[in-house]
Formats: sequence, C-alpha cells, structure tokens
Amino acid sequence: MKKPEPLIFELSQPGRGATAQHPPGVTAELPQRLRRRSRLPLPEVSELQAVRHYTRLSQMNFGIDTQFYPLGSCTMKYNPRICNSLALLPEFLGRHPLAPASTGQGFMSCLFELQEMLRQVTGMAAVSLTPMAGAQGEFAGVAMIRAYHRARGDTARNEIIVPDAAHGTNPATASMCGMKVREIASRPDGDVDLAALDAALSGATAGIMLTNPSTLGVFERNIVEIERRVHAAGGLLYYDGANLNAILGKVRPGDMGFDVIHMNLHKTFSTPHGGGGPGSGAVGVGPRLAPYMPVPVVSKDDGRYRWLDERDLPQSIGRLSGFMGNSGVLLRAWVYMRILGAEGMRRVAEYSTLNANYLLARLVEAGFDAAYPGRRASHEFIITLKRQARETGANAMDFAKRLLDHGYHAPTTYFPLLVPECLLIEPTETETREELDGFVEAMAAILREAAADAATLKGAPYTLPVRRLDDVRAARQLDVAWKPAAA
Amino acid sequence: MPYIPHTAADVRAMLGRIGVERIEDLFDEIPRALRVDALPGVPPALSEMEVSRLAAELAARDGRRLNFIGAGAYEHHIPAPVWQLVTRGEIYSAYTPYQAEASQGTLQIMYEYQSMIAALTGMDVSNASLYDGASALAEACLMAVRAHRRSRSARILMPVTVNPAWRRAARAITEGQGIVIDELPYDPARGITDPKALEGHAGTDLTALVVPQPNFFGQLEDADALTRWAHANGALVIGAVNPVALALIAPPGEWGEGGADIAVGDAQPFGVPLSSGGPYVGFMASRMEHVRQMPGRIAGRTVDADGRTGYTLTLQAREQHIRRGKATSNICTNQGLLMSAATIHLALLGPVGLERVADACLARTAELVSALTSIGAIRCAFAGPRFHEAVLLLDRPVAPLLEALASDGIVGGHDLSRDYPELGHALLVCATETRTAADIERYAVSLGRLLGRAAAA
Amino acid sequence: MSQIPADLRYTKSHEWVRTLPDGSVEIGITDHAQHSLGDMVFVEVPEAGRKLAAGDACAVVESVKAASDVYSPVAGEVIAGNAELATRPELINQDPYGQGWIMRLKPAAAGAGGLLDATAYAAEVAAAG
Repeated sequence: MKKPEPLIFELSQPGRGATAQHPPGVTAELPQRLRRRSRLPLPEVSELQAVRHYTRLSQMNFGIDTQFYPLGSCTMKYNPRICNSLALLPEFLGRHPLAPASTGQGFMSCLFELQEMLRQVTGMAAVSLTPMAGAQGEFAGVAMIRAYHRARGDTARNEIIVPDAAHGTNPATASMCGMKVREIASRPDGDVDLAALDAALSGATAGIMLTNPSTLGVFERNIVEIERRVHAAGGLLYYDGANLNAILGKVRPGDMGFDVIHMNLHKTFSTPHGGGGPGSGAVGVGPRLAPYMPVPVVSKDDGRYRWLDERDLPQSIGRLSGFMGNSGVLLRAWVYMRILGAEGMRRVAEYSTLNANYLLARLVEAGFDAAYPGRRASHEFIITLKRQARETGANAMDFAKRLLDHGYHAPTTYFPLLVPECLLIEPTETETREELDGFVEAMAAILREAAADAATLKGAPYTLPVRRLDDVRAARQLDVAWKPAAA
Repeated sequence: MPYIPHTAADVRAMLGRIGVERIEDLFDEIPRALRVDALPGVPPALSEMEVSRLAAELAARDGRRLNFIGAGAYEHHIPAPVWQLVTRGEIYSAYTPYQAEASQGTLQIMYEYQSMIAALTGMDVSNASLYDGASALAEACLMAVRAHRRSRSARILMPVTVNPAWRRAARAITEGQGIVIDELPYDPARGITDPKALEGHAGTDLTALVVPQPNFFGQLEDADALTRWAHANGALVIGAVNPVALALIAPPGEWGEGGADIAVGDAQPFGVPLSSGGPYVGFMASRMEHVRQMPGRIAGRTVDADGRTGYTLTLQAREQHIRRGKATSNICTNQGLLMSAATIHLALLGPVGLERVADACLARTAELVSALTSIGAIRCAFAGPRFHEAVLLLDRPVAPLLEALASDGIVGGHDLSRDYPELGHALLVCATETRTAADIERYAVSLGRLLGRAAAA
Repeated sequence: MSQIPADLRYTKSHEWVRTLPDGSVEIGITDHAQHSLGDMVFVEVPEAGRKLAAGDACAVVESVKAASDVYSPVAGEVIAGNAELATRPELINQDPYGQGWIMRLKPAAAGAGGLLDATAYAAEVAAAG
C-alpha cells in the first residue's frame, strides 16, 4: 500500500505560493461594505507541490488507460487520444460561445456534421446536441413528450411507463418532469411482460421509457409489438441510449418506432468519462417531436451555419444550458465518428457483442451462472452469484472488491436491482482476447478462494491505497469539507 | 479496424468458444425486418492524420481573436499544469468512483473541490459539481422548494439582472414541477434589483429569492439588503455568483445576518477554457441543514477497515440510483474532469493569486470602460460599483459593429438588444486579467475608427 | 428470524403500532424492516401538530444503501417525533420496538382497524421470502 496522500490544505504554508501563476498586483477600488470579511482559506503551495500532489492522487485511480474496466452499462472503451488533442486546438478552445457566428463557421460545421451523423445512426428525423449528460437528454426527451401531448390538448397523459430493470434515472427523470411513474415487470427471460404492459396502458399514458438492449443485457424481442401497443394507446416511445453501443450500425431506434432517443456520447462515441463527467446526452427525435427540441440547434442555410433558438423553434422545450451544451465533448465525438466512418460504426456493435458473448461463454465454463441462460448477450451480460453466496457466504460485493486486487476494475454490482447478487459485465470492443482471458482467470481464482477461504475474500481489497471504507460512518458523521483548525 | 484489436485468429477462436459460426449469428434475436445494412449518410473512415488535417483547417478558418465578452463565460489564464494533469489517463479515463478503493484519487479531489467551493462561497457544504451555472440555478430552485418546509407556493423571485440564458434554463428545467418564477425589474439608473420591486411581494408566500452577484450587467447588487428582506419575508436566498469575484466581495455565506441558504454558479473561470461554450462546471453549496435536499454527488471523508483515512461517495440515498422516482434530481454523470481542473487551478492560484486575478479584473474593466467611453458617442449605462463587466450604450445598432470588429480580429462584446430592448443599443463588455493595456487600446482605436471618431489616448 | 412482538399491530409496509395507556399510539418500523434496510444513517421524523391520513408518508428512514418512506398506519395528529433519532439513528437498528420509535400520534378514531396482528404479519414476512 502506498503512503496516504495528505489533503492539499495540509501541505499549505502561509506565504508560500505558485507565484509564476500570479498576475502582477494592482489595487482595485471597491467600497468596503461590499468586501469579503473572512480570509480566503485556499491552500498556499508551490507549483511543484501541487503537481506532485495531483499526480500522486491520479495514481490512486483505476482508469481505462491503466486497467480493464468492465463496468456494465457504462461502455468503458478506449478514449482515443486524438479526440482530445483536436478538441483542444487553440482556435476551438479560445472561442467565446457568444462570439458572432461568422467567427465560428469551422466549429459549427463540425457540430452540424455530428448532428447529421447521429441522425443517420439512430434513424431519427432531427438531432439536438445541447443536453449535457444522459440524464439531461432523458429530461429533454420526457419534457418533449409532455409538450407534445399538451400542445394537442391531451393534458390527462401524465404517466410514464418504466420497466423494473430500468436505470434509476428513468423514474427520476419522469418525476422531474412532473410525471407519475408506472413500473412494469420483466419476464424471467428478460423481455418486457406484454400483459403487464397492457394493464399499464391507458388514456393517462404519456409514454414508455425503454432501453434496448435492456439493462438485463438482452435485446427486447417484442419491440415491434410494444411499439404497436404503446402507439395504439396514444403514448410515445422513449429510447434510453445507454446501450446504443450494442446495436450501432445494426438496428436503428428510429426504425424500431421510437419517437425520441438520447445518446450518451461518453459511452457509445467514446468521449472521456473524466472521473464522473462531462457527459453529453444528445437527443434525436421523430417528426412528431421535432418542433419541441431543446435549443440551440445548428442549422445550415446557403452554406452558412447558424444557431436556431427559441425564435426559430417557438414550441421548443427551451434551453437547458447557459450556451450550447458540452461543445468540447461534441468535438471529441465528431473526431471519433470521422475516424470510424460508416463501417467502423457497425464494427463497434459486432466486436462489443463478440467480446461479451465470448466472456459470458468462458465465465459459464468457469462455473458461473448466467442470469438469462439461453439468451444471447448484447454488448453486456449479467452473471448472478446467488448460488455462490448461499454456498460460500461470499457475495457479489466480495467478488467485486477482490477483482480490484487482481488488477481489474469491478463490473457494475447490484444493478439491475431485480437480479440478486448480480454483476453486470461490459467488456467493450476495444479489449483484446488476452485481457478477457485474464479476467476469466481472476474470476475463477476468486471462485476457488470463496470455497476455500471466504473470510479472506470478505476482507478484500488488500493491495489498494485503502481497504473497504466505512460508509456508515461517512454518512452518520458527515465530513464533506476541510475546515481550517480554529486559530 | 480502428481501436479494435481482434485478429482473424482471435475471431475464429472466440466464435468457436461461443459455438456460432459468424459474428452475424450473435444478432439472431433481433427481428430481421429491423436490421439495416448500410449507413449511407455517414462519411467513410479517415486516418488520424487525415482527421487532424481536416480539424486543423476548420479551426484555422475560425482563427483567433482578442476577446472582450464575458456574459457567463470568462477568459482567464490557465496554469500549464492544469490540463497536463487532468488529461492523465488515470483522471481522464476513469468513471464515477463507484469502487471507492480504486478511485481514491478522484474522491480526494472531489473532497478538496468541495472544501474550496465551501470556503469561497462561505457555505457549509458543496456537492462535487453540476453541469453548468444555468442548470445549477435550476437545480437550486428545485432544491429550495424541497428545503422550504413551510412555503406551499413553490414561488421563486428572479431578478431580471440574472443572466437571461440562466433564467430560460431555470424555467425550462423547473416547469414540469409547477414552479412559478416571478421576475423582478431593475433600477434603470444603477442596473441593480430595484428594492421597490420587492415591496409588492412582502407578506406573500415566497419560496426563494435569487440574488445575482455580480449581476449580468456586471453591477454589484445590494446582497445584504436583499438577503435581509428575503429572510424577513420567510423566503430562502439563492446566491448566483461569479466565483472569481468572491475573492474580493462578500460571499453568499456573509450576506445579511445569517447568509444565503444556497449558492450556485459556474466554476468555468477556474481552469476551464472558453471552448466555444462547454463543458463547464456548475457548482452548488448550501447550509448544512439542507444537505439532504442537495442534488448531485458528494464525497465524504471516513476510515477504512484498518482505520486509515479514505474517501467515499456519501449520502447516496438522495440519488437516482437508490431513490429512483423520489430522488433529489435525475443527475448522475456530473462534470468530474472540469471539477478536477478547477481544483488544481485553485490550488495553483492560492488566496494571493486569486485575489490578484480579481483585482486585475476589476481594474482592467475600469480601464476598458474609461477607454471606450472616451471615444465619444458611447456612455456607461449604469452608475455604481461593478466587477468585471459593464454595459455601454451606443448611438447605433450593436450587431453590425460587432461583425466589423470581428473582421478586425476583435470580439467586442455581447449585444444586449434582444434580452434588454429597453436599453436601446447596449453592449456588454468584459476585461479580465488576460487583457493588457495594449489590448484595450487596440479595441478603442478599432471601435473609434468604426464610429468615425478618434479614441482619446 | 426477526422479532415480531405479539402485543403490537402491524402493516404490510412494515410499520408497527402500539396503543399507549392514554389512548395515543406509538409507531415505528419492524425488526424485519430495519434488518433489510441495514445500518440507519438518518431519520426524518414528523413535526408535532401535523395531521396525517392513514397511508400518508410521514417519515423517512435512510441507510447507506436505501431510503424508505414510513407510512402512517392510522389517521391522526402527530404528538411528537422521536427527537433522539436525529443524533442516534442507530436506535432503530438496536431497539426497533423501544427506543427506536418514530412518532406518537393522537388517532382520529379509536381502535386499530385494518391492521395485522403478529401472526398475520409473520405470515406476510414469510410469504415475501
């Protein structure tokens, strides 16, 4: 284990500073009554101290660049370095978002082309790039569904149907939009229960939110029938693009009959996850919802690019950000899509699916249980450790923590909620067969350890900067900000 | 195959292990009628060399100009270590710290960031970022409605001096929950919220008052008086603040008697380039009593099984993955990379550096205003103290002038005629520590020439 | 097996109800509920004077891995919330039927109609597996 790294505040000495970063001192005039009274408790450290501190902190992280990171539903694939380099070109970086459009035609052409490419791969009628993460894309989608029904005077439609396997953002989004959530069950084979769907559909149905392939790691085989029934009931269909990687270039949500979709550019289109963001949740819409898209949207008239705003789209659900969303993320996605091209899109689905099915087959050979045996894996799959937990006492969390000691980031644990003791595993297309084989060996070793010495397993991890953390203490004795010692 | 490592031998062996013949067989559960075989609208693949050339040409077409716009996004010097550090793979390519033991770097940076934001705003607790300032303001309105135990109105008073884009976002994001946003006019002489405008709301059921500091015009509001009024009238106070300004001016935690209840803003000025509009980084801080109503991720300090200090996500029961339909917000991914950049930026500036930046912003903007108003036919719209922006009134439409200035290599400011038509030909300008005396003179000379007047030296 | 005292009444949503000598009722969550939620980290109790209908969400219990609403089993007016829980939420884990009580209520009507007895509640818990 490494030496613990103190807080930057604990490295501070009064009178020290990274002075090369200080502009020359000038005196500014400001009335005393408006001035700050308390001193500014920021750290005072040298530039080297800061660089060394944050370098050391970075070394306490697992990242895609250092480890296999099979976090299900998160698509932790290689983030090509060139996407970052080009997004950081000084002309793109230095441009103020409110500078005249005439000074940003190059930048806007990238965004327009990205809109067009995303429209093509999703089969939708139009795309807006402004939502700043998947959850905001979801918000935009449900807000558009709401606006659509209201514009038709259909104000009774205030329910959103969500399968029980859905990501927590789906019901949270529906609530944020003032909708009621109706949860419907999945069948034992992972598909939506059509009888439950029928029972949930009514004149109050605004829409349904579906992820396909679902978070259970299987393609929803009844999608055509679901589409028919929801539309017949007057509802709209929302596609959660969390798993778009699995079908890119193979099936398009627009062709499945979805009215609106959000894409996670930080998943499918390989923009970085950055330790928790930025994401980007571009939305695609069918013709019915096009008037309600969030603004701004890039348009091209007579070879000139310009931003469409509320004046061009008077029925828009409005503006979700201060400017035009996470434009630097959009540039990275543009670079990625241009490098992959049309054929590369298809390969994303093909090889991510190949890797997932291979890893599943090998884990089953090694003695693990598929949660949905007999189903093809999409780009991800679930194994359930219910049997192992019963036999050995070691649960999914113990397996996850022990994987860290083996040098692998853990898969997603305990999600989806309806599969007991589950690991949701997504290898992505950018991993080699050798890496997957190494992961299988680590899982097999942990399985043997569970049988022989579950107590050791339950104490894992042992080789990281810290061992298991006391979450109960963290919540009960809340310590969320450093405070200077009382002088 | 870009970024796909499989050899033909790999594919054969893997398919054999799965027990199918072709990759195509793995898609056999998808109805055939739904399948597409081509994506005609997507251009063919480019090599890294080709795409680099293309991007460089597009960027060159846009060029670089001397910038005098603020209006919610500010150009500051970014120390070289900031982006070299945050683009290290361990930060750049990690995700949300779900496995705390394998994410202590990210978690400790979150804790340090939260500490810095709490210190700057004078509040007790900060989350680990929201998307941007505009959406943070919307979340603050929703949070105020949850946090205010007695108010039933869900009514927010929003000065017109709040950034117009932020007001639009707040409306769009809160509208579905039945929140009412009432706008407050400003005093035309001073460009700050008119205290008389509040009188009509006294004694009514109010949830919160938003106080921008500095406001969109760059003017400094009487935050103390507004806070006292709001608290006397049973409303919470949401400060919408520029974080650089807080090095000099009283932070929300010092407003009135007890301070504001929630503080939000955009931490873009800390280490985040203008980058054509994003990604930026929204911040939110509050008093401890409201922490369970706060949206977004929060890191906490705790101990591990051996008693060593460590960091973990805490209060997760507020969040969508546990609380689902009853979560405080649907947010999950935040702006982690930019949050890290802001933290490193502040560590490098320290208290002295940040105060000097703030002083320089104030001084440079004063010089800019003085240089431009000395041209003649341009005057300052508002009297009273301001931070690093100012509204100038011209004798002719602003938009054509801005286009002409752009041809001259200058981005001259933000045209206010759409959002504030009552001001006439109004231009919002900004100068930070990055603008030199020579930059300001260049702008004045160029504008003077366009207006047919010589700038006074 | 979790404890299910015979002298209390229960709901399907895992609240318990104790009738006090003065006719008021004390309400908490069951041993089974605290066990499945895990270590409590925060409890929000209702303020005195609040009027509740049967089935109203009246409190929130939060553990590291879950947050649940507590529903009032009967209609009435809150006499007191258990202030001790603000600093010691773990009382719900340690003593769910005693010091871990959540609120006291003056019921709108006498009796405990519609509530389960211990045997019926035990059957509910067993059936939920």
